[in-house]
Amino acid sequence: MTHSAEPMVRTENVHKSFGHVQVLRGIDVTVPRGNVCVVLGPSGSGKSTLLRCINHLEKIDSGRIWVDGNLIGYRQKGDKLYELHDKDVAAQRREIGMVFQRFNLFPHMCALENVVEAPTQVKGQTKAQAWRRGMELLSRVGLADKAGNYPSQLSGGQQQRVAIARALAMDPKLMLFDEPTSALDPELVGDVLDAMKDLARSGMTMVVVTHEIGFAREVGDQLIFMDGGVVVESGHPREVLTNPQHPRTRDFLSKVL
Amino acid sequence: MSEPTPSATPVPRQADPIKAVPVRHPGRWVAIAVIAVLAAMFVHMLFTNKAFNWPFMFENMFRPPVIKGLWGTVSITVLAMIIGVLLGIVVAVCRLSENPILRGASWVYTWFFRAVPRLVLLTVMGNLGLLWPRLEIGVPFDVYIGKLFGVEDANWRFLGFTTRDILSGFAVGVLGLALSEAAYMAEIVRAGMLSVDPGQEEAATALGMSRGKALRRVVLPQAMRVIIPPTGNETIAMLKDTSLLIAVPVTAELFFQLDAIGKRTFQIFPMYVAAILWYLFLVSILLVGQYFLERRFARGYGRSGAAKLKLEGLAAEHGGKPELP
Repeated sequence: MTHSAEPMVRTENVHKSFGHVQVLRGIDVTVPRGNVCVVLGPSGSGKSTLLRCINHLEKIDSGRIWVDGNLIGYRQKGDKLYELHDKDVAAQRREIGMVFQRFNLFPHMCALENVVEAPTQVKGQTKAQAWRRGMELLSRVGLADKAGNYPSQLSGGQQQRVAIARALAMDPKLMLFDEPTSALDPELVGDVLDAMKDLARSGMTMVVVTHEIGFAREVGDQLIFMDGGVVVESGHPREVLTNPQHPRTRDFLSKVL
Repeated sequence: MSEPTPSATPVPRQADPIKAVPVRHPGRWVAIAVIAVLAAMFVHMLFTNKAFNWPFMFENMFRPPVIKGLWGTVSITVLAMIIGVLLGIVVAVCRLSENPILRGASWVYTWFFRAVPRLVLLTVMGNLGLLWPRLEIGVPFDVYIGKLFGVEDANWRFLGFTTRDILSGFAVGVLGLALSEAAYMAEIVRAGMLSVDPGQEEAATALGMSRGKALRRVVLPQAMRVIIPPTGNETIAMLKDTSLLIAVPVTAELFFQLDAIGKRTFQIFPMYVAAILWYLFLVSILLVGQYFLERRFARGYGRSGAAKLKLEGLAAEHGGKPELP
């Protein structure tokens, strides 16, 4: 079922608290198909939480999130919401790739096994099929020669690129990046950003939480600046970065630029 | 030596090894003397004390019933550990479940079986026949349900056995040890699962795996590094605890057989020494196994040689050639 008129991601008045701490306080975001949306903001502004809500790793308290026109985590019948069963949530997550700050590669599997694990275990692809596609993806991120290496034998940048290949192996419609370069040595950041730029140019819809202003400027289609659980300012990256309207944005940018 | 220039790579210089008088350890010589005297006294006793009756011991410790008991001990250990580990994993998974009922039930299970001493538990289980002379499968509370519908003495049971027939000493022994072991294994497995970075399960579920699959494919294999070494200790403890089965009693068991020979012939002490020697022998074998097992698991992940082999095996499995350098 395609909803080509629908944006890839739409959130409507999303709230989320952890205990007494309100992390998201009414987020409305729309990411059209094929767009790269960069989320900026100081730590604790709720940007990672928003990302984790989009693939239902966190349950939202109120509001709605749609990905490709499908309500995330719930099924609506008339006015009533029904929680989705775990296996339906899992099915929704298959369409959404996620890349974590700490890579989270499976350390007991080599690079290629990491990439083919979900396609064979979840999608029921044959080993040969997944194998071929896995090698394709690894060469796409420049790591074909590291297929047999365990994560502990790879640098952080290489691990993160394997993690990107692993997410892509599920053929997601949407990719979420949660500070993908924050845990990397400065000299390794470039390779990961290159892999992400390559992906952006191929037309993948991406939501990227990052502090890499250069990346936002180069491939971003829209930029969202979050602070204190709300979207303070949004617009085209070049506009927001060169001519921020809100004082909070100006303040933040003066510190990171 | 040339004057170092900023652009030149530094060259390591030669150095003489240190020659110094080592520290003396007079305490060590005292300790050696004390231990040597004690050892000599012990060996002397072994040869002179008639209660050992060595010829009788060697004659009897290899008799067929003892060897049969030895195999019984080994098979009870293996069976009880297999059931204990599997049940322990189930209990641990329940303990970490989101379902509060399962969490509570598994807590009660571990609490009960860790609190009751094994000897007491096994003795009680040996006398289960007193509690249930017959074991039957049928509708629970059938008598009461029958009364509700006006049927007197409802007896809706499909299968029944005399307890003594199906719960032999051997089965009770295995079951008792396994139930108790599962409580300890549950704690070990739980610790192992908690040692795995929560990001792992998160990454697995983000890829669309169900929680069960994430557990099986991602969390448990990593938890094994933490679970395997203490499981080796548990196996050794289990082997020794099979001697408690004398309380059930289980006849196909090493200590029961040696004890029986001792009591029958009034040569109790030689047979107890035989038991010590047999357990030393069995546990030593396990210790060797444990040494290699722990060395294997201490190594951790990350041997590209093994990975390459595995990849080639995978490739051969589906007839493809791996596109590896």
